[in-house]
Amino acid sequence: MRHVISVLVDNEPGVLSRISGLFSGRGFNIESLNVAETLDPSISRMTLVTRGNVQIVEQIIKQLNKLVNVIKVLELTGSDYVEREMALIKVTAETTSRAEVLRIVDIFRGKVVDVSPKSFTLEITGDEKKIQAVIDLLVPIGIMEIVRTGKVAITRVRKEGANASGMREKDLQKS
Amino acid sequence: MHGGKGLKKTGAEILFESLKLEGVDTIFGFPGGAVLSIYDTLLKYSEEIRHILVRHEQGAVHAADGYARSSGKVGVCLVTSGPGATNAVTGIATAYMDSVPLVVFTGQVPTMLIGNDAFQEADIVGITRPCTKHNYLVKDVKDLAAIVKQAFHLARTGRPGPILVDLPKDVMADSTEFSYPAKAKMRSYNPTYQGHPGQIRRAVKLVAQAQKPLIYAGGGVILSNASKELASLAQKFSIPVTTTLMGLGGFPGTNPLFLGMLGMHGTFQANMAITHCDVLIAVGARFDDRVTGKVETFSPRSQKIHIDIDPTSISKNVLVDIPIVGDVKNVLKAMLKFFEEEPAQDWLQARADWLKQIGEWMKTSPLTYKSGPCIKPQFVVKKINEITREITGGNFIITTEVGQNQMWTAQFFTFTQPRTLITSGGLGTMGYGFPAAIGAQVAFPDKTIIDIAGDGSFQMNIQELATAVQYKLPVKVAVLNNHCLGMVRQWQQLFCAQRYSQTLFEVAPDFVKLAEAYGAVGLRATKPEEVEPVIREALAIRQPVVMDFVVDRDECVYPMVPAGAALTEMLLV
Repeated sequence: MRHVISVLVDNEPGVLSRISGLFSGRGFNIESLNVAETLDPSISRMTLVTRGNVQIVEQIIKQLNKLVNVIKVLELTGSDYVEREMALIKVTAETTSRAEVLRIVDIFRGKVVDVSPKSFTLEITGDEKKIQAVIDLLVPIGIMEIVRTGKVAITRVRKEGANASGMREKDLQKS
Repeated sequence: MHGGKGLKKTGAEILFESLKLEGVDTIFGFPGGAVLSIYDTLLKYSEEIRHILVRHEQGAVHAADGYARSSGKVGVCLVTSGPGATNAVTGIATAYMDSVPLVVFTGQVPTMLIGNDAFQEADIVGITRPCTKHNYLVKDVKDLAAIVKQAFHLARTGRPGPILVDLPKDVMADSTEFSYPAKAKMRSYNPTYQGHPGQIRRAVKLVAQAQKPLIYAGGGVILSNASKELASLAQKFSIPVTTTLMGLGGFPGTNPLFLGMLGMHGTFQANMAITHCDVLIAVGARFDDRVTGKVETFSPRSQKIHIDIDPTSISKNVLVDIPIVGDVKNVLKAMLKFFEEEPAQDWLQARADWLKQIGEWMKTSPLTYKSGPCIKPQFVVKKINEITREITGGNFIITTEVGQNQMWTAQFFTFTQPRTLITSGGLGTMGYGFPAAIGAQVAFPDKTIIDIAGDGSFQMNIQELATAVQYKLPVKVAVLNNHCLGMVRQWQQLFCAQRYSQTLFEVAPDFVKLAEAYGAVGLRATKPEEVEPVIREALAIRQPVVMDFVVDRDECVYPMVPAGAALTEMLLV
């Protein structure tokens, strides 16, 4: 089963290597990995997508927690969260297909970010299914190149007004 | 805060000042270009810090490891960059697998050369990431004191382990004001020491109802200094105990409740008991494959309680019913307390059938070997056990190498005290025992330290004879010399239809002459009746002694559970 794990880590050189080394060394797989600084520049957030049964994912979370540079680990799968991925897609756009490409972009609320006489570069944002749907429609027209960011995810705030999850950077800064 | 304000110190001075404040009085090391200034500064601290010059960096780390395991203190090493650091890696990995508190300082090329493939440069922080608890590259002398503080804190707290600190040459020459932090500030590191009371209560209730309980104790008992608590729990509630290799000495080997070691070369009764028990209490052990055999058939009838300070050890290999994360000593204390609240019972009576069954298993297939005209290695181990106990009154430490020598020691030597057996359990590092014995002797100059070795393993760090002689460390090495790599030979005999591929040594040194060449004493026994006199003579000499016991080449370690088989599928003598 697919699991999305959000990890807050010290923003230091070598931390990414500690995490990726943990996954390769213990035979866990990474489907996608995204890292960027948080509001607090001393902390980075990693969003990891991995696959495995409950026991494996439990080990992954424990092993991540064991790393000295890992501040907090949260499994998002099973909780209420929003997930997004962006893809930049360079697609062939000949006279016959230009209109069709633009229609697809429009349907999926994408953007054209670069135009040439024979191609469009599209920006598409959404969850995995949406990105896949766009790709499936564009493949027959001709995709020249594709770049994807990997998933980023964030918990939804509970509507009753309770705290989302304790993953807030605001809280961490205090400790 | 310590140290005066306004007074600048070099990185090298800060290093030694910090070590002093950590209570370090002994380091093991080997100099080189990148650590030149550190070694120069060491001269100024020679009154306070004793440096043991080894003959190979692997020896330095194993010696620091033996020092740490025997004393419970943090072992400290200092080696140079590049090859010095890579030579230390096996020692670091050994300590990591067995949770030994070490701080290893490595030299590094100057910061501006890092990444340039400079002379004697190696990315040792990258190399050791998976085999250290944590590691550091010090990029600024201002960070040095805080990093040393953190390194010692990490090494000795939680599940202990080795920490590596990489010291670029320019950083150590640079200077700054020295102030040693009183506390290691780390927002993300916070080990759990107290077990969850609810879980502990559940565990106690389960044990109280058990018909056939069994304690399976590992190295965590020794690391957490919890032998007394373990013995109380077993004794008060009549629970039999088996230990792992790392747990030997954590429970008195003379206690009638002791079943011996379990696992691949475990005793018949231990492997039978763990297969048939109804409640298994795993204490500071990690269900290693050498212990469980085939996981699917491991202790199939039991509900399992697992006490460990490391959450990753829990339900990693074997799913458990009641996990308790916490320090073994604290959790056992809490269990004893909660047990008192249970309705009083005649526990011995309650376990009578179970203990009777175990008694029968003990008689079924006790550890044994067949005597012959040549020396049997098991006989040597038994004799060392008897004579050492008699002469030293228990004031001894045994180290082992890895392979048959290690397993025969585990089987035929009776360990009654924690920290009296020092052996490489997890990584299984040949060449470990002798330098570890040197480290233990440095920690305890008055104890008798004996490395029970094989001729293969001993040759892997034999150069440390010079270290033992130089520092007048009267370490004894008992070589069970079978002229082959005995354990691999055994596997080839049993599983490769006696095709002995590269395990029989055609050339071997004369260990007696070799010992003498180093300035140590060499003794040899070739007949069974010579064994005892050689041991007695060796123990009477206050110098390093190598005892060469020429033993039966074809002897195998039994019982043996073939790799991947169920624990009940034991090959017996």
